[in-house]
Amino acid sequence: MTDTYTQFVSSGPGRKVARKIGLPQPVILRRHKPGQPLIPGPVLIEGSTKGADELASTLLSWDIDVRRHPVPKERLGAVILVLDELTHPDDLEKPVLTAATSLRDLAPNGRVITISRHPGSAPNAATAAARQGVDGLLRSLAMELRSGATGNGVLLADGVSTTSPSVLAAVRFLLSGKSAFIDGQTLTVRSPLGKLPDDVEKPLAGKVAVVTGAARGIGAAIARTLHRDGATVIAVDVPAAGDHLAEVANQVHGTALQLDITREDAGQKIIDHAVSRYGHLDIVVHNAGITRDKLLANMDHSKWSSVLAVNISAQLRINEALLASEYFRSSPRIVSVASTSGIAGNRGQTNYAASKAGVMGMVGATAPLLEPYGGTINAVAPGFIETEMTRRVPLVRREVGRRINSLRQGGQPVDVAEAIAFLASDAAGGISGVVLRVCGQNMVGA
Amino acid sequence: MSETGREESFVQPTQGIQRQLRKAVVVGGNRIPFARTGGAYTKSSNQDMLTAALDGLIARFGLQDERIGEVAAGAVLKHSRDFNLTREAVLGSPLAAETPAYDVQQACATGLETVLGLANKIKLGQIDSAIAGGVDSASDAPIAVSEGLREVLLDLNRVKTLPQRLKVLSKLRPKDLAPDAPNTGEPRTGLSMGEHQALTTAQWKITREAQDELAYNSHRNLAAAYDAGFFDDLITPYRGLTRDSNLRPDTSLEKLATLKPVFGKSLGSEATMTAGNSTPLTDGASTVLLASEEWADAHDLPKLAAVIDGEAAAVDFVHGKDGLLMAPVFAVPRLLARNGLTLDDFDFFEIHEAFAGTVLSTLAAWENDEFGRSRLGLEGALGVVDRSKLNVNGSSLAAGHPFAATGGRIVASLAKMLHARGHVDGRPARGLVSICAAGGQGVVAILESH
Repeated sequence: MTDTYTQFVSSGPGRKVARKIGLPQPVILRRHKPGQPLIPGPVLIEGSTKGADELASTLLSWDIDVRRHPVPKERLGAVILVLDELTHPDDLEKPVLTAATSLRDLAPNGRVITISRHPGSAPNAATAAARQGVDGLLRSLAMELRSGATGNGVLLADGVSTTSPSVLAAVRFLLSGKSAFIDGQTLTVRSPLGKLPDDVEKPLAGKVAVVTGAARGIGAAIARTLHRDGATVIAVDVPAAGDHLAEVANQVHGTALQLDITREDAGQKIIDHAVSRYGHLDIVVHNAGITRDKLLANMDHSKWSSVLAVNISAQLRINEALLASEYFRSSPRIVSVASTSGIAGNRGQTNYAASKAGVMGMVGATAPLLEPYGGTINAVAPGFIETEMTRRVPLVRREVGRRINSLRQGGQPVDVAEAIAFLASDAAGGISGVVLRVCGQNMVGA
Repeated sequence: MSETGREESFVQPTQGIQRQLRKAVVVGGNRIPFARTGGAYTKSSNQDMLTAALDGLIARFGLQDERIGEVAAGAVLKHSRDFNLTREAVLGSPLAAETPAYDVQQACATGLETVLGLANKIKLGQIDSAIAGGVDSASDAPIAVSEGLREVLLDLNRVKTLPQRLKVLSKLRPKDLAPDAPNTGEPRTGLSMGEHQALTTAQWKITREAQDELAYNSHRNLAAAYDAGFFDDLITPYRGLTRDSNLRPDTSLEKLATLKPVFGKSLGSEATMTAGNSTPLTDGASTVLLASEEWADAHDLPKLAAVIDGEAAAVDFVHGKDGLLMAPVFAVPRLLARNGLTLDDFDFFEIHEAFAGTVLSTLAAWENDEFGRSRLGLEGALGVVDRSKLNVNGSSLAAGHPFAATGGRIVASLAKMLHARGHVDGRPARGLVSICAAGGQGVVAILESH
């Protein structure tokens, strides 16, 4: 649920009070509801390249109201800045300043999306500078946007065009309410692989997905979201959480598998269950995680080892089993839940941050191993998410945690789940080895 | 298949076509941890617990919106409002609302009887899938009004005018206001089950040490099974309980030896039955998913074990001819004879531990030549149960015994054990279930690995 403060300042009198005394003014974010339009308003595509034209015609075919030039005073759903042919930082000014004239017309919960090339493959310093420049521009712009609007970028690798499946899928995802709590982030599409879904409401139709830690919180939201998108869900959690797990499994018409993922044979158990019940396994979401916070000076063996065992060692062992299985070879998807703690660090979380940074290392190194099967592995790094776990954080720390991001509020479990469902889809086949932050552009470790 | 001569059994449908009986298999089971009465489930009704056990089963096997052939379950301690207990639990579960259900009540044999009755329907081809179960709450037990108050209340309902009503009410006496609490006493003898068993235990000269050892093994075996993850796919936690609350993993023979006798105290030095070697009152529920092989295959579900055969027996305990809980002693020989088996043909024995003395008296009777000849009509003793095959993952002394839920607990666990064992000397692994029940009854059954 939206936190009380956000609800308060979203109402008439509350908004007035907050504005008068200069309090943060979070808004209730636009989130995906099946059947609703992708974006509430026209989309301005700024840029004059071939890539911009092609993208514009594709968006038109999605029945989106596309503008190629700003129309004064028209409320815009989104501004897409196509910057895919930059060769010098000077190239930035014209499209960027043109787009700037439309920013005030951006509707609440609007979107700004930049599309540019990955700096890593730039042929010369000037091109690299221009491409890298987009990153700084985007992150700053995201901080300037208000009223639930977000700014994110798509980075194209060599050989990827603005209409490659994963680029289109990323644009669709970023325009939609599914990306509500993603802000100031870039998503790299590294290959033209990927297949757009036949039915955009059921992008995971026919897929069998395992979600660990599915009994509650983010894991339960992931199970529900994957089910909504058409997947058959195997909900996994420790036997002690079995009652909540059964509830989730029954809600999503899936099956509950009570399993301690730190067991040596956990990977095989998961594969056996999936294959015997459904004949195949397509998606594994490593969500199960625990915290045992303590300053390192006070850390003991059990607090250190249990966190590392659940959060990273179990994932490594299960992935080994998956990679060895002939049933996990048809465009398989692995998505791991990391954490912004693993990026920025967090006092009292040396063990947790080590495990979550480890997840990101694992994702990078595992990506090439899945490539031969058209498979991908990615991580999602949540920031402050409203869960039972964060509800137990002391009030002041909790309030600070919630407000120190560009959206001035905590995210919902479903925000993390949406990012995972996107990365798990066939359309995201060109995205692998990345870490996508779902943190509302948290100031920490940005 | 053959060891049991099942293929010779035929049904004769009305059309006159002879049809072979098909197999009924155990797909799996689910129960909630059993809780000592007055514990974690104090505020849970039978319907709550049965629904919870069903929910876990449905989640484990993905049965949401599935129309199951029939669901049968029951409770021993039952409120009058629970006249349609099982159907109400089904309606509160994610099963298809078109799933029919009925209640069964055969005291502590209720759970096993639901398994046998439904398995028979599957074998006959009347249904393809079924859920058997049982539940009991000694915490949320029904309390009835006294006979006097009940009569007055019913009369009051029949009369119309105020004077008539006052006249009816005037019949009420203070003693009528005392409620009738349930008890486990036998209506025909007034003795509790424990007192009955104390007589049998003494008759068969079962020692205190032997009873304590059986109780100790039950706790040790159950604890080891939990630690090995045996129950990971048999139990779903409920109300914060993840293990049976009666389980004492750290109990010892020394500790058990310190307990004072609670039953048979009039027997003096022969009093051997303590709270440690008797099963406490317990709350809980269990379910078992049964199916034809075809249904299990079509749903990509496992086939753990086949339900081969079952037998019920009863004894005349009222006149003291046999002990109250000794009916299985007679049921098993009949079942073995019908299936051409001996006790040596089994790999697992699941003998419900109402009291340690019950199990040991049963074994003693089977090992007794004279009893075999005179009472069982055999040439000598029925045989010896290999103790290493007895209740190997614990039984009621450790797990507890919510009356109607025990059958489902045993059948699901045994089916899993049989499946894991697979084949023994070229034949399917085989298990014998024996459950004694109030009223001098008992139900026994044979399962084979699939």
